[in-house]
Amino acid sequence: MHPVILLDSVSKIYRSGDVEVHAVRNVSLQVQPGEFIAIMGSSGSGKSTMMNTLGCLDRPTLGRYLLDGVDISGLDRDQLADLRNQKIGFIFQGFNLLSRTTALENVELPMMYGKHRLSAKEQRERALWALDLVGLSKRTDHTPNQLSGGQQQRVAIARSLVNNPALLLADEPTGNLDSRTSVEIMDAFQTLNDKGITIAMVTHEPDIARYTKRNVVMRDGVIVSDILVADRSNAKNEMRRLDEEQRAAKLVK
Amino acid sequence: MKLSATLFIAVRALLRNKMRSILTMLGIIIGVGAVIAMVGIGNGAKARVEAQIATLGKNMILIFAGSSTSSGAKGGLGAAGTMKIPDAFSILREVPGVTMVSPEVRAGAQVAAGNQNWSTLVLGESEDYFEMRQWDIVDGAAFSDQDVRSANKVAVIGSTVAHQIYGDNDPVGQIIRVRNIPFVITGLLKPKGNSLGGADQDDVLIIPYTTAMKRLTGATILRGINAQAADDADITLLQEQISALLRQRHNIQPGHEDDFTVRSQQDIAEMATAQSRTMMYLLIAVAIVSLVVGGIGIMNIMLVSVTERTREIGIRMAVGAHGWDILLQFLIEAVTLSSIGGLVGIGIGFGTTQIISRMAGWPTNVPPVYVIGSFAFSAAVGVFFGLYPAKKAAALDPIDALRYE
Ligand SMILES: Nc1ncnc2c1ncn2[C@@H]1O[C@H](COP(=O)(O)OP(=O)(O)OP(=O)(O)O)[C@@H](O)[C@H]1O
Ligand SMILES: [Mg+2]
Repeated sequence: MHPVILLDSVSKIYRSGDVEVHAVRNVSLQVQPGEFIAIMGSSGSGKSTMMNTLGCLDRPTLGRYLLDGVDISGLDRDQLADLRNQKIGFIFQGFNLLSRTTALENVELPMMYGKHRLSAKEQRERALWALDLVGLSKRTDHTPNQLSGGQQQRVAIARSLVNNPALLLADEPTGNLDSRTSVEIMDAFQTLNDKGITIAMVTHEPDIARYTKRNVVMRDGVIVSDILVADRSNAKNEMRRLDEEQRAAKLVK
Repeated sequence: MKLSATLFIAVRALLRNKMRSILTMLGIIIGVGAVIAMVGIGNGAKARVEAQIATLGKNMILIFAGSSTSSGAKGGLGAAGTMKIPDAFSILREVPGVTMVSPEVRAGAQVAAGNQNWSTLVLGESEDYFEMRQWDIVDGAAFSDQDVRSANKVAVIGSTVAHQIYGDNDPVGQIIRVRNIPFVITGLLKPKGNSLGGADQDDVLIIPYTTAMKRLTGATILRGINAQAADDADITLLQEQISALLRQRHNIQPGHEDDFTVRSQQDIAEMATAQSRTMMYLLIAVAIVSLVVGGIGIMNIMLVSVTERTREIGIRMAVGAHGWDILLQFLIEAVTLSSIGGLVGIGIGFGTTQIISRMAGWPTNVPPVYVIGSFAFSAAVGVFFGLYPAKKAAALDPIDALRYE
């Protein structure tokens, strides 16, 4: 069985004029199916750059990236688009939802470009299923500007899941969310991971990283630590604890 | 991606910027509207001219005394005093293919009966004139060859004159005084309506040319000769033969210009339509310029739209859109814009045509091929001018597009 992700000495260099920015330097990394990893590091350490490479949105400047055993450097634009559509669910740092477009239509978007033509009814049903999965079945007709940050993030998650990807990539999925909502998102991720979806997630927060199985830390474009999480948090338990705390607080009042 | 879904996205994108979309369409609307209106009005005018030409008669060749090129100097067609009666009969005799001739004399005259009087045009013609011009006599009969030979004082009356003098009474058999000379009315002409020049053709009294020369003009010269060609005759050849014959009869030396003018019905029709054709070409030019300007407007707005929606393009690509999907989306948007412009233009063109035709009293006719053609052309303008912006959108790099602020 080959790894879902295999980075082999990958570098990403941005050139603007004479200045070269080495956003990712000579990184090698393997992620096996069923893993759930957190990529951590300070701002500017190259996390988003690496995620974009993993998500086939960008190509490495140097090195090889094998997705599911396939070297993406041999693929053209359209083949990469198909990979993004079929195999990868991507959750962006800034949601990246279509404005003035309802939650439902945003979630339907990947199916419009899918290889398998679904009927409008099937598309709608799948989109509703994905929205239900993230607990947004009551907000399907709302446009992004009518939704809270957490709700928008969940629409983005539903969109990433709608084509049943094997790999879920999330760039700071809890970045703009309160702690309760963050735990809810982590619960959704843990549930998906239990079902066998491989997840790679960028986060700043060590608390959030503890919901994953493995933590990779970057600094200046290099991986400086790569450890398995010993004492993993469980989102369901955490939510129960938060609920009890809240109830207790009410009683005190 | 499905075409219907793409079309839906395009229409929605256009509806989000209604005012902008309408303004963008304006060039196409004006262009197509101009084409349709021009064709409608042009065809209406042409049909009217053709109907008027048809009132001249059938296969008519009109020969006027006087040269057309120097008519101003000599006082106009029919003014030169060289055309004589024998010219007419030698044409009939010597030019095969000429079936009938009618020497023509004209005079303006006061006509009266009882206490009514009216100023009209008196035409001196032969008995064949009515058949040549396919001018039916609704009451009574034409004068005869005998009347012509004897220069009898008989007349066939046009409907306008009949109405002015006799009102609703039957004019046939009545006496009408032309410059105080009494004429017997033998027949009443069927109304023909206006001529090309706008004159009332029914405001006329037709008498034998012999009588006209003897009683009214007192001269032996003709204003011209009306000739009719056989159905299978080569009109151009006949015209040349008539010219040659008249030159010979009038002793015109080579190098000197004709003292007469020969025109076929076809020539007259062409002269009448030449003017409107120039107008038509001018309007076509305006329409094309307007369509091209409209196309550039579409290109401009599509470029703005691509820039505005760079992030949207990035998102679509990120979730799996191919370059082709993006290209199609923007192309369809441009074509939708131009086609709707085309449809509105067709509507406005039709409206204008209707209004103008109602005001001018012309028939209108826009052949479907122009409607389909101008619609197809406006759609093509959308494809042509939408292609560059759409290609630009399709060539965007997903990650750059997503980062675009
Ligand atoms: N398009 C680009 N052109 C030039 N430099 C870039 C570009 N994108 C990123 N960089 C640089 O690459 C480095 C890594 O950026 P990246 O976005 O990967 O950081 P990050 O770890 O995601 O940071 P954050 O936690 O703030 O999101 C930064 O120094 C950044 O300035
Ligand atoms: Mg980042």
